[in-house]
Amino acid sequence: MATSNLTRTGTPRIAADAEKVVIPVSGMTCAACQSRVQRTLDKAPGVVDASVNLMMGSATVAFDPSATTPRALVETIRSTGYGAELPIDDQSAFEEQEARDRAQDEEFQDLRRKAIVSGIGGAVAMVASMPLMAAASHTARGAAADPFMRWVMTSLTPVLRATLPGLYAIPADLLSYGLLALTLATMAWAGRHFYTRAWMSFRHHSADMNTLIAVGTGAAFLYSVIATVAPGVFVAHGIAPDVYYEAVVIIIALILTGNAFEAKAKRQTATALRVLAKLQPKTARVVRNDLEVDVPIDQVRRGDIVVVRPGERIPVDGEVVSGQSAVDESMLTGESLPVAKHAGDRVIGATINSTGAFRYQATTLGTDSVLAQIVKLMRDAQGTRAPIQKLADRVSSIFVPTVMSIAIATFVAWFVALHISGAIGGAAVVHAFAAAVAVLIIACPCAMGLAVPTAVMVSSGKGAEMGILIKGGEALQRAGDVTTVVLDKTGTVTEGKATVTDLIPAAGIVREDLLRYVASVERLSEHPLADAIVRVAKEQGLTLSTAEDFRSLTGRGAIATIDGHTVAVGNEALMNELGVDVASYGVDASRLSAEGKTALYVALDSRMAGLIAVADPVRPSSRAAIDELRAMGLDVVMLTGDNQRTAEAVAREAGIDRAVAGVLPDGKVAEIARLQAEGRVVAMVGDGINDGAAIARSDLGFAIATGTDVAVEAADVALMRGDLMGVVQAIKLSRRTMRTMKQNLFWAFIYNVVGIPIAAGALYPAFGILLSPILASAAMAFSSVSVVSNSLRLRSYHAA
Amino acid sequence: MMHVTVVDWLVIAAGVAAIAWVNWYFFFAERTAVIANTGASGRQEVTVVVRGGYEPSTIRVKAGRPVRLAFDRQETSSCSEEIVFPDFNVRKFLPAHQRTIIELTPPKAGTYEFSCGMSMLHGRLVAD
Repeated sequence: MATSNLTRTGTPRIAADAEKVVIPVSGMTCAACQSRVQRTLDKAPGVVDASVNLMMGSATVAFDPSATTPRALVETIRSTGYGAELPIDDQSAFEEQEARDRAQDEEFQDLRRKAIVSGIGGAVAMVASMPLMAAASHTARGAAADPFMRWVMTSLTPVLRATLPGLYAIPADLLSYGLLALTLATMAWAGRHFYTRAWMSFRHHSADMNTLIAVGTGAAFLYSVIATVAPGVFVAHGIAPDVYYEAVVIIIALILTGNAFEAKAKRQTATALRVLAKLQPKTARVVRNDLEVDVPIDQVRRGDIVVVRPGERIPVDGEVVSGQSAVDESMLTGESLPVAKHAGDRVIGATINSTGAFRYQATTLGTDSVLAQIVKLMRDAQGTRAPIQKLADRVSSIFVPTVMSIAIATFVAWFVALHISGAIGGAAVVHAFAAAVAVLIIACPCAMGLAVPTAVMVSSGKGAEMGILIKGGEALQRAGDVTTVVLDKTGTVTEGKATVTDLIPAAGIVREDLLRYVASVERLSEHPLADAIVRVAKEQGLTLSTAEDFRSLTGRGAIATIDGHTVAVGNEALMNELGVDVASYGVDASRLSAEGKTALYVALDSRMAGLIAVADPVRPSSRAAIDELRAMGLDVVMLTGDNQRTAEAVAREAGIDRAVAGVLPDGKVAEIARLQAEGRVVAMVGDGINDGAAIARSDLGFAIATGTDVAVEAADVALMRGDLMGVVQAIKLSRRTMRTMKQNLFWAFIYNVVGIPIAAGALYPAFGILLSPILASAAMAFSSVSVVSNSLRLRSYHAA
Repeated sequence: MMHVTVVDWLVIAAGVAAIAWVNWYFFFAERTAVIANTGASGRQEVTVVVRGGYEPSTIRVKAGRPVRLAFDRQETSSCSEEIVFPDFNVRKFLPAHQRTIIELTPPKAGTYEFSCGMSMLHGRLVAD
């Protein structure tokens, strides 16, 4: 086609920093339309290169991101009179979720309306077919053929005769045609999509649930029409001209009802995601030209100063510059206690400020924000498949044609069996037909298709609520199989931040003074432990004095003059050098050192003033979490680059029985490989930065999210809070999810494995039980609802 | 009447034929294949209409080169609301009456199946 020549190829001078976007354009019907859009785009500011493709209905635009945005380009195209949408890829996860919600909501409303109306139609059809049934014993036409209907009929006829005598006065022919019209209307309006979709699928050589419903109800309807219009055809062959009208209407009503419930339930599987998406505030109060102004969230720029008042939701991620407060981060991290924020602390957009007020500088925005990353991780997770689904997929893909084959075989078997046993041809056809229709109607491939994805969906939402982001079905499944949990020490078992753990003042020295003297000296020191001491002193509100004559003695400590006193802080060697008697502190010092702490001696004017111990403390929750992991039957191993004594001290405190010390990053990988070689399924928990390789090597990597990067590439699970309880919860949730998936698959399979033979009449020879197509449709409609509901039960799961 | 009559044999024969046809039609009948256009950029582009199935359902592409598939979903049926490329870990929601772009690169020659979210509708990406 000549028009395809109009597709412009990219010019070679595209700026290195140009971004590219493909925008779907609708309404272009000719080359003229195309060139018009092309010209407009070429002239638009910031466009480096544009190429409009009529065939693809798209515009590929290379643009300078500093001059324009994809959204502005969409507006430019729209200004030409053609339709343009921001490509889905560039839409935020929030918007995609909204689009999905809208679609599902519309679907639910539509299904509900149709289910209600066709339900009323079904009730009318049922009542109207009663007289036909009653008359069937007298004439040869118009009886209801559905076995369930026969039962309803015999029980309801006396009541109806008493309440609606007029109904029985209507001629049978009129009732039959009336029912035909009602059924046709129901099929054409409420059930229309079953038939159109079945036909579409058929044209593509594929078959789905709609095929089964369409063939089942369609066959019943055609049979009934012939019985109504030309009963002679049946009568001539000795077949009773029974009708299935009410069955068709009721089947459609029941299936629509089931579908409506299913749509509603499916919507609920994404509740967690929707809740997250709604957390994003729409506006932010930023400082512009020394004025506080409210601006839409997408106009906030990196570096803007954002003002947060008490009780407000924090609009974007950032770093506190002034003021202080406590922030409720539970919605993102699962941390139930408010987190204190001071200058320099990181705040996360969408969390809620409590009573304080503060200003902060915006850091990550838009799709880079923590909230957007969480939502994206969740969406991606929900897009993955659990390996357990493979079997269900294999069955699904051959399901419908197989069921159709079974239905045909059912018809043949019934017909021949009844015929041989001497039933007249007519009775044989009626029974065989009812059984075949029941097989088509009862079979439900949907339940199998929903079994695993709905569980993944609900469980990833549940995880996110607890601050656990599991990256997909495979990770979920592996988490259930883990046998050994390997923990990195620093930042995982411990806080990852040194602090003052012990202050042992000498007689006559006040604790605060001891800390103040030491901090005043250490303020000038560059030793890593010095920071911890100074920070703790400041946190306690101590006013530090100016240090004079500061001297740093490498490997021993530091000396300075504070408020006229000579203060020395350092190890035993320094004290010996200064002639300070430390003998009475030997017991305390060796105890502290056995606890894995670094003990510093403090001398004031050459006399011992006390001991101060600094350590990276074990997180308060570690012990309980590790006990819990062991109670779950998991082996716990700690790896650390620290020395043996520190490692042992931490392991003892945290309740870990196996600690491997002196491990370099490469060593961690080797250690995990060694554990795997023992046949263990190994989970590695680390901070994701130093432990990246080990996390990647493990069967299930947990990364404790630090900073603004939530999505640690190598990890299978991201933990939003630095708390080992997250590991416990993730494993418990995964185990529970696996159980739900297995239950779902079991019920979905067993339902069909049992239901189809019963519908085919397997119980008839022994018990005389034959399933009516109406009951079959009720069973089918609610089998998928039950699977989704079972998955939804995960929502109320509380991982201890 | 305790023997198999001609009518029975006819019904059995018709049943067997019907079953054979159903299985042939849904599993073995030839599908139309479409070869992706290759633009000047070297990217292979195909529009797939989603309407009760995928049209075309077999797409031939070159391995190792990026493929751009535009899924044009022209229906609201929830059956087709998701597209899944298991080999590429892609599961994407397809908004009704919109084009959704999926870009992937088949790493090597072979057949890559894709399906709807519930594995009822199927298509194939054949790379060579």
